[in-house]
Amino acid sequence: MTNLDYKIIVGLEIHVQLATKTKMFCGCALSFGEDANSRVCPVCIGMPGALPVMNKQAVEFSLLAGLALNCEIPSFTKWDRKSYYYPDLPKNYQISQYDLPLNGTGFIEIPLEDGTSKRIRITRAHLEEDAGKNIHAGDAFSRVDLNRAGTPLLEIVTEPDLSSGTEVRALAIELQRIVRYLGISEADMQKGHMRFEPNINLAITKDGTEYRTPITEVKNLNSFRALQRSVEYEARRQLDEFIDTGKTMVMGNKSTYGWDDNRNVTVLQREKEEAHDYRYFPDPDLVPVEVDEKWLSKIKSRLCELPLQKQKRFVEQFGLSDYDAGVLTADKATAEFFDETVKAGAEAKRVCNLLTQIGLKLANEKNCSVAELGILPKALAKLCVMASEGQISASAAQTILVEMSGGENEPEKIAEEKNLLQKNDTGELEKIVDEVLANNPDAIAEVKAGGKKSKKASGFLMGQIIKATKGSANPQMAAKILSQKLGQ
Amino acid sequence: MSENKIDIARTRQVAKLARLALSEEELSQFSTQLSDILGYIEKLSEVDTESVEPLAHCLPVKNVFREDIVKPSLGTEKALANSPADDDEFFKVPKILDDGSGA
Ligand SMILES: [Zn+2]
Repeated sequence: MTNLDYKIIVGLEIHVQLATKTKMFCGCALSFGEDANSRVCPVCIGMPGALPVMNKQAVEFSLLAGLALNCEIPSFTKWDRKSYYYPDLPKNYQISQYDLPLNGTGFIEIPLEDGTSKRIRITRAHLEEDAGKNIHAGDAFSRVDLNRAGTPLLEIVTEPDLSSGTEVRALAIELQRIVRYLGISEADMQKGHMRFEPNINLAITKDGTEYRTPITEVKNLNSFRALQRSVEYEARRQLDEFIDTGKTMVMGNKSTYGWDDNRNVTVLQREKEEAHDYRYFPDPDLVPVEVDEKWLSKIKSRLCELPLQKQKRFVEQFGLSDYDAGVLTADKATAEFFDETVKAGAEAKRVCNLLTQIGLKLANEKNCSVAELGILPKALAKLCVMASEGQISASAAQTILVEMSGGENEPEKIAEEKNLLQKNDTGELEKIVDEVLANNPDAIAEVKAGGKKSKKASGFLMGQIIKATKGSANPQMAAKILSQKLGQ
Repeated sequence: MSENKIDIARTRQVAKLARLALSEEELSQFSTQLSDILGYIEKLSEVDTESVEPLAHCLPVKNVFREDIVKPSLGTEKALANSPADDDEFFKVPKILDDGSGA
């Protein structure tokens, strides 16, 4: 037996489709599901003589992402042509950024399962245009749809700081939360708004010597689950391969694998001896972008509290569990709705319970966010206060919340109509207690006798009182009256 | 010039990237021509550029933007009007066999 230990090393490349109205360099509307080749123009279809003009919104969205990812933002950046031949690339080059990206080095904090967070370094984040789509029908032709050509993409590259499939998934989800909070991408995985390409290899220590396995890049990942599984699968495959062949990494050598979602395996697509020769050079059709302090601070003012910050604050400020805080901050609208309800005077934990136990279920059923249920933060706060003050029971609060999602924003009115107000009227409660006591002399005797049976008997009496009031008695008050009457 | 700066192997690689099929004769001819051009441009390195900043763009213009406002597109019919082959929806190209040149 040899002594063998290994670590997984993963770096990620992520393409995020920006939520602009139009393409990167022309006024064509972004498309999803429209007729093929309907949203194209001379610029994005690569007609000779057509000239690209930068979409300002796309540049500002990218800078906003850079700020959120703690990136260094250079004052000067430019566009380059990345040349390759493929039918989905009408100009035979992609407009991208080579040596002077919009955003330089930065970092992202990702939440780990144990409630701590880990810092992953960002190498760069640059802006580029997407290619079109090739469709292979199986006959002698391939078909090309250029609707997607020219869509603005932010390409984010991380350092190889990730060390498990779980961490890779956590980064993906965190990045999705961030770009959605910033409103710069819908980040809909099903629509291909986020595309991930992990670069994976292993650092293996065998008998005291460290070896690196060859790096593989995995493509075609269209879900967080596939992303995580591909990393885990690759790690196992590479370990097996190393044990079988002893193959180690050669600089600049990288193989590309595709992910087979049905079989849950990676499939070798190509092995590259030489690096791609993209012949990058500055695009003469586009002028450089200069970012001055004034512009940058204007963009900075659009930054909001980021999801992980919010999550940590909810834990520290309100004493929520990390899990609950994570659920409430999954989308910005829900997090803000929670925040506003607490600000309106509600007890944080009670709001949290109502939202996580009832609100999210209602929202799921209606396929919307909690904030879109038609409930006003003020009204929810009122409901929480009623429950905290004992005017209604916790379960009545849940019932009322369901009613409120129908658009009724007066919890008192609902409580009254549904007869859910707890009886705080001592006179009336006393009368009921007297009646219960008169009907149960045996139980009174048992209580007075003390011992084991006493507790059970007083519990029985309480039950009778609650029953007599049809659940509308305030339990604390009823208990107080009962013990007074029993002389305790 | 006895030895070409851009040798036959390099010329073959450049031709491949540009999707040009060259005969052996042409390869040798272009190898010489490309090397001559490079030699001619080499003259520039005689200029003292010690105190000159590298230039990323030749125009003194920057930040030319457009607002994010939708303009009419061509529509499928016009987009396909000049294509050598289409099926009224898509451009048709010879079946793609991945030669690894895609990104
Ligand atoms: Zn266009």
